[in-house]
Amino acid sequence: MVPADLRYTKDHEWVRLDGDTATIGVTDFAARQLGDVVFVDLPAVGKSVEQFATFGVVESVKAVSDLYAPLTGEVLEVNEELRSNPELVNGEPFDGGWMIKVKVADAGQFEGLLDAAGYEQLTAEA
Amino acid sequence: MSASGPRLQPTIFELSKPGRHSDKVPHPPKDALNRLPAEHRREHAAALPEVNEPDAVRHYVNLSQLNHAVDTGFYPLGSCTMKWNPKVNEWAARLPGFAQLHPMAPDAVAQGTLQLLWELEQILIEISGMQAVTLQPAAGAHGELTGILMIREYHRSRGEDRTDVLVPDSAHGTNPATATMAGLKTITIKAATDGGLDVEGFRAALGPKTAAVMITNPSTLGLFESRIGELLEAVHEVGALAYMDGANLNAILGRFKPGEAGFDVMHINTHKTFSTPHGGGGPGAGPVAVNAKLEPFLPSPRVLREPDATFRLERVGERPASIGRIRSFVGSTGVLVRAYAYLRTHGGSGLAEITDDAVLAANYLKDRLADSGLFDIPFPGVCKHEFIASASTIKKTTGVRTLDIAKRLLDHGFHAPTVYFPLTVDEAMLIEPTETESIETLDAFADALVEIAREATSDPETVKTAPHSAPVKRLDEAGAARNPNLRWRAEAGEWTPCPD
Amino acid sequence: MLESLGMASVDELFADIPPALRSSPLKLDPPEPEQVLMGRLAGLAARNRVDLASFLGAGAYRHFSPPLVDQILLRGEWYTAYTPYQPEVSQGTLQSIYEYESLIAELTGMDVVSASHYDGAAATAEAALMTCRATGRDRVLVSRSVHPHYRAVLETYFDGAGLDLEQIPIVADGPEAGLTDLAELERRLADASQPVAGLVMPQPSFYGLLEPMAEGGRLAHAGGALFVAVVEPVSLAVLAPPGAYGADIAAGEGQSLGIPPQYGGPYLGIVACTDALVRQIPGRLVGMTTDVEGRRAYVMTLQAREQHIRREKAASNICTNQTLLALAASLWLAAMGPHGLRDVAALGAARAKELEDALAAIGVTRVHSGAYLNEFAVRVPNAAAVHRELLGRGVLAGLVVADAVPDEPSLADTLLLCATEVNTSEEVVAFAREIAGVIATLATPEATAA
Repeated sequence: MVPADLRYTKDHEWVRLDGDTATIGVTDFAARQLGDVVFVDLPAVGKSVEQFATFGVVESVKAVSDLYAPLTGEVLEVNEELRSNPELVNGEPFDGGWMIKVKVADAGQFEGLLDAAGYEQLTAEA
Repeated sequence: MSASGPRLQPTIFELSKPGRHSDKVPHPPKDALNRLPAEHRREHAAALPEVNEPDAVRHYVNLSQLNHAVDTGFYPLGSCTMKWNPKVNEWAARLPGFAQLHPMAPDAVAQGTLQLLWELEQILIEISGMQAVTLQPAAGAHGELTGILMIREYHRSRGEDRTDVLVPDSAHGTNPATATMAGLKTITIKAATDGGLDVEGFRAALGPKTAAVMITNPSTLGLFESRIGELLEAVHEVGALAYMDGANLNAILGRFKPGEAGFDVMHINTHKTFSTPHGGGGPGAGPVAVNAKLEPFLPSPRVLREPDATFRLERVGERPASIGRIRSFVGSTGVLVRAYAYLRTHGGSGLAEITDDAVLAANYLKDRLADSGLFDIPFPGVCKHEFIASASTIKKTTGVRTLDIAKRLLDHGFHAPTVYFPLTVDEAMLIEPTETESIETLDAFADALVEIAREATSDPETVKTAPHSAPVKRLDEAGAARNPNLRWRAEAGEWTPCPD
Repeated sequence: MLESLGMASVDELFADIPPALRSSPLKLDPPEPEQVLMGRLAGLAARNRVDLASFLGAGAYRHFSPPLVDQILLRGEWYTAYTPYQPEVSQGTLQSIYEYESLIAELTGMDVVSASHYDGAAATAEAALMTCRATGRDRVLVSRSVHPHYRAVLETYFDGAGLDLEQIPIVADGPEAGLTDLAELERRLADASQPVAGLVMPQPSFYGLLEPMAEGGRLAHAGGALFVAVVEPVSLAVLAPPGAYGADIAAGEGQSLGIPPQYGGPYLGIVACTDALVRQIPGRLVGMTTDVEGRRAYVMTLQAREQHIRREKAASNICTNQTLLALAASLWLAAMGPHGLRDVAALGAARAKELEDALAAIGVTRVHSGAYLNEFAVRVPNAAAVHRELLGRGVLAGLVVADAVPDEPSLADTLLLCATEVNTSEEVVAFAREIAGVIATLATPEATAA
């Protein structure tokens, strides 16, 4: 289950680009690897994130994983719903489980990320 | 347990009835608290449970019976050394002379305990091959912090700014967490393909910034690090120091002395190697042994033996080079009394036998599992006091995971091994039988594992839903973490039925 | 077993140790049969003197412990179990920790209580580190009225972590003597160039005094800092709890909840905090949940904060804790009940007042004038010598303050005295008589020369 219109990182984040706004989350594959997600720690609105640097942490019952920003930009919005319903990351990783929206500094970075085919190949090898 | 088996219990708060109690102390004068200023007084009494002695005793006896323990059965929890806890230890720690001694009592009235502590230090010096020991740290991780802070102070005293701690990827999580607490940076070094230290990997990372390496030997895979000599040389060549995590000391008593081999500092877990009971998670004690380089930096106060054979504690500020205090008072003396009793019981020859027997038991069990052909044994050579088995193949063929096997073992009356540790082995089970189990127990445990592995094929569902005979079934751990209920409040328990 | 391994000697199992690294044999005494060992241990224990009439507290307190407490603690199901890694066969330990968390939450008025820490000093250090993580600041203020051992441990931990620790002096004289210097505290908190993460104040203080906690908390919060109260749990039966005066974190030593003094441990470090700080609290937490069939059950939770998962990013390196001592404290609280606990605190207060009055009658008076619960300092000329002389007469006259706090000139030649329900009125009378005698003897010129 890898949506074709998104781009991906090797660390299993996905990104959707609408104009200069990027929506970011983790993939279904990542959610399954983590198991039941119990907590998501996200940056405050207004913070800047840098491509491939950590922007948050996702915790499951017995694992913890850093979140890496696919793109550089400024955080416009965070998914407040995840505070009370972190299980959305497992249930709807590409929809209700989104994490942050970012005003993108350089849209060119988007093209440099993995496309759906490339990401599928990556997870098939894993 | 009651004749019908262990029973879940309501919380002690639910047993509470207003006014119920058993008188334990006299009533104070009515005006005893009148002199306290109003702003300091408690307005509402704490809502503590009101129960009488039979209520309280039955509650805690019934609760205790929901536990697996060394006293009730085999506990092969790898890296924890769940050996027999001799009963004489408990007697010793409860002697009024030890138990009722106040920690600020003057040295003159504490000579018995001070002598015991001093003698215990001498015994640990001999076992570790080091120069000096502090008994202050309260646990292994606390000992790690003590050791790493001493290393930092050593470098500082030489005007060197070293920031890196090299740790193999198979290490206990406490090692990197300790480095962080000591303000240092962890660099993780992957293990070599044979599971041992990747000396070349370490060499590449060693340099003028290296403060220390932290090595568990034998490793968390149960393997003696046979290249440790080379590594220690390389470490010292760049001016760094070597810390040994002594979690696995049970495997090397009388066979390998870390200090003689070139380690600079190590901690010892009395609750693993020296039979002080684990107490459901603690207390432990984590004495730290050091060589001459680090002795000046030991925490204060130390126990000193005077020329007239009396003992005393160091005075405040007596040794300025010390890293300072790492806890209040002298240490977990009650735990140390138990360790001392154990060490005296076994003596030099007995300690060497402990290691021989522990390693023999682990190898016997490993071979039995290897012979079954059902489990993966990733490191088939000689192990030390514990070994790794893996359910990797079982998982591929049946979908049954290590976790399921661990849970099914509970139905057989055994505690599970340590599972999913070290993190470097797929579907890992770390099995440590210890020297105090009989061959009958080892055989019964091997038989149970073999039976479960067969059951994984014949009836995987039963294994995947185990345990079936424990007091409760598998728990909703995700729910517990998402909506934490961490304390009783009158309304908090209502969403789940109270056990009757 | 050796045979089944196809080995002739156990030495073959150690062939993996390179010859150059094999150790010399252990040069230790031979094994000792149990009977002999018991004789040796009884002999050592007898060399300690625990028959003294003791007025020593200073961070470790003697209390009556009903026999049921130790009888339950001696059940092997409790003390020979380990960390409840397999919750299905550890519900006893898990529920006991949940109940402990709940009992301490009630006593302190806080929301979240960790499963236990090593001791009061380590708990205080962990609490202070929490304030730095939570605020992103790196400077903590600690009152010099906090136990000197706790301050020393704070120094060690803070130096390790590269954080700043500043000590706030106590007032030297006047009606506020011995209390945290609030004026100085306010000055430091007002310095915007050096933002403060947390303020650590004790209740009661090391000197037994009741500190202005509400005011300390107000000042800390005004400076954007968190407020850490270092408390003694028995006193909370009658003193305002940290939750009532706005503390963000409560830390303290749980030994007084019926755990024997044991020359320093094992003790029970208490850390409790508000819900807002739950993700910053180090150490294990146990929560209530259900099993797959809906039965109430207990499990270790929020483990992703901990070292075995988060490794170098963990909140703390703590692993082994003091679970058995948490059980001991719970048992003691259950045995005493809320009324018994209040009686213990009030009996201590009553006995301490008797002591104050008896000493005042012979001219030995308190150093400070502030309110106290059951511990206070008295001025005694030549305190160390008086203390030593009394020891010979079977009296442990509290603590020579200068031995523990040599850097507090206003407390030179003072003794810190404590009374609890285990002290009798007869002991109090005898102590006053003996100290009067000793002071008189030492005041004569011959004695001073000696």
